[in-house]
Amino acid sequence: MKAVNRRQAFALGGGFVMLTLMPMAANAQVTNDAAKLIEKFTGGKQPSKGKISLDLPEIAENGNTVPLSIVIQSPMTADSYVKEVLVIADGNPNAGVATLAFTPLSGKAEASIRIRLATTQNVVAIAKMSDGALFTEQKTVKVTIGGCGG
Amino acid sequence: MADKPRIKLPKEAAKGEIIQIKTLVSHIMESGQRKDAQGKIIPRKIINKFTCEFNGKPVFACALEPAISANPYIQFDAKVEEAGTFKFVWSDDDGTVITAEEKITIKA
Amino acid sequence: MLRRYAGLAVVIVASAWAVTCASAQETQRKGIPAPRGHVFKTIISGYEFRSKETRALQDDDLENPGFLAVERAADMWKKVDGSAGKSCASCHSDAEVSMNGVGAAMPKWDGKANKPINLEQRINICRTEHMQAQPWAFKSQELTDMTTFVRHQSRGLPVTVKTDGPMSPWFERGKKMYYTRVGQLDLACASCHEHNNGKFMRADFLSQGQTNGFPTYRLRDQRLVPLHERFEGCMFDVRAEPFKPLSDEFLALELYVAWRGIGLPVETPSVRN
Repeated sequence: MKAVNRRQAFALGGGFVMLTLMPMAANAQVTNDAAKLIEKFTGGKQPSKGKISLDLPEIAENGNTVPLSIVIQSPMTADSYVKEVLVIADGNPNAGVATLAFTPLSGKAEASIRIRLATTQNVVAIAKMSDGALFTEQKTVKVTIGGCGG
Repeated sequence: MADKPRIKLPKEAAKGEIIQIKTLVSHIMESGQRKDAQGKIIPRKIINKFTCEFNGKPVFACALEPAISANPYIQFDAKVEEAGTFKFVWSDDDGTVITAEEKITIKA
Repeated sequence: MLRRYAGLAVVIVASAWAVTCASAQETQRKGIPAPRGHVFKTIISGYEFRSKETRALQDDDLENPGFLAVERAADMWKKVDGSAGKSCASCHSDAEVSMNGVGAAMPKWDGKANKPINLEQRINICRTEHMQAQPWAFKSQELTDMTTFVRHQSRGLPVTVKTDGPMSPWFERGKKMYYTRVGQLDLACASCHEHNNGKFMRADFLSQGQTNGFPTYRLRDQRLVPLHERFEGCMFDVRAEPFKPLSDEFLALELYVAWRGIGLPVETPSVRN
């Protein structure tokens, strides 16, 4: 191994420490089929932000049961309603979580479910309206695995 | 034999009122990710679909993946225009279904 | 290797953030004043140590997954089982009436067995001696369901376990266990639940370790967990050789820990992490 002088070693070590302290993307560890599922749902079209209120805990009590609530603004009439909502988790072994299908008879585009999150990651929701418009929202959920309670 | 699902919704509603429906069903939702004591993968077995109809018309449905927690809880809304019957169906990977029905009347 | 540290960095940030929040909430945690001579000043249910989302799951009987077990057992209560041709209802009629208060007073002294017995054991005594039915295995869905159902009939009632008379040596035995360090990690129950409740340890948020909510629906296991399974788990987590469920050791511990939560309302089926 090539010898490094003290100044170089210090810089290397310092740089390494800096890197670990830098905020990393929540899903730095796993690449799953999130992009593929999103592409299939959106047909390649870029969703806009807005209309969606996605409610998840900031820190999950336990990753095996995480409550999720979603509300999407829409008149929910036959002419204008939320048709389908894709929910994915970008850090799970498989990104798919659920696909919700609303109708004007839903009254409100609102639902609550409980999901499993394997690690700290982003949960992404994409709503497809009856006129084809796409909206998206995402939330980061911190998931820890405790050494005693699990 | 499957356990009875737990469902909560009002017994009656005003015409045009939007009601909230809460459902809970007992199911292990085996993800297909777990291994048994011998290290073999435990095969996936989940409820993959839930549908709710009112008087035969679709109200709400969802496709579920293994990322849904065991004992799936599904809460959604329904706009009640007339008296009638809600029909709920949970479909298992193995083709079996769990069904339930709840009636609702219109307030005078 | 950098990826591994990224995860660690997130965990550290998350824990630090949560600790700040938890300490801020400390003074708001509701409890009951402890009786004279008790180890705590205020006795606090595990409910108060969980997140608001978890508490919301317990607050609504439809949202609380523990009720799936209560419903199953309510059916089983009326089902004939065993060669005596009886169901639980044959002797006990309406559980809501006959079982009211029973779960809140367990473990109870059993003169015939000459030791304290808990709810699981009482259910199996009924099955074997009065129904001529097979006892249910510990951790089986049937036994956990029925224990949950019976204890649920005491929901809201204060824990009122007796610790005097013949119970006294068992109480002392449980107390000694509670304060004895065990396992490779060399920890006693008190190390976490008495000296460090309200703090994080190994990324888990520590409660007072009360048992008023057992059997409890654990979000991690996504099912109801009976008390002795949790005792087993705690011992396993400190890398000790756990005692057996329904053993004398765990009965003594159950008695002592019930006293540590005396007066707390029974919350079965509770929802915990």
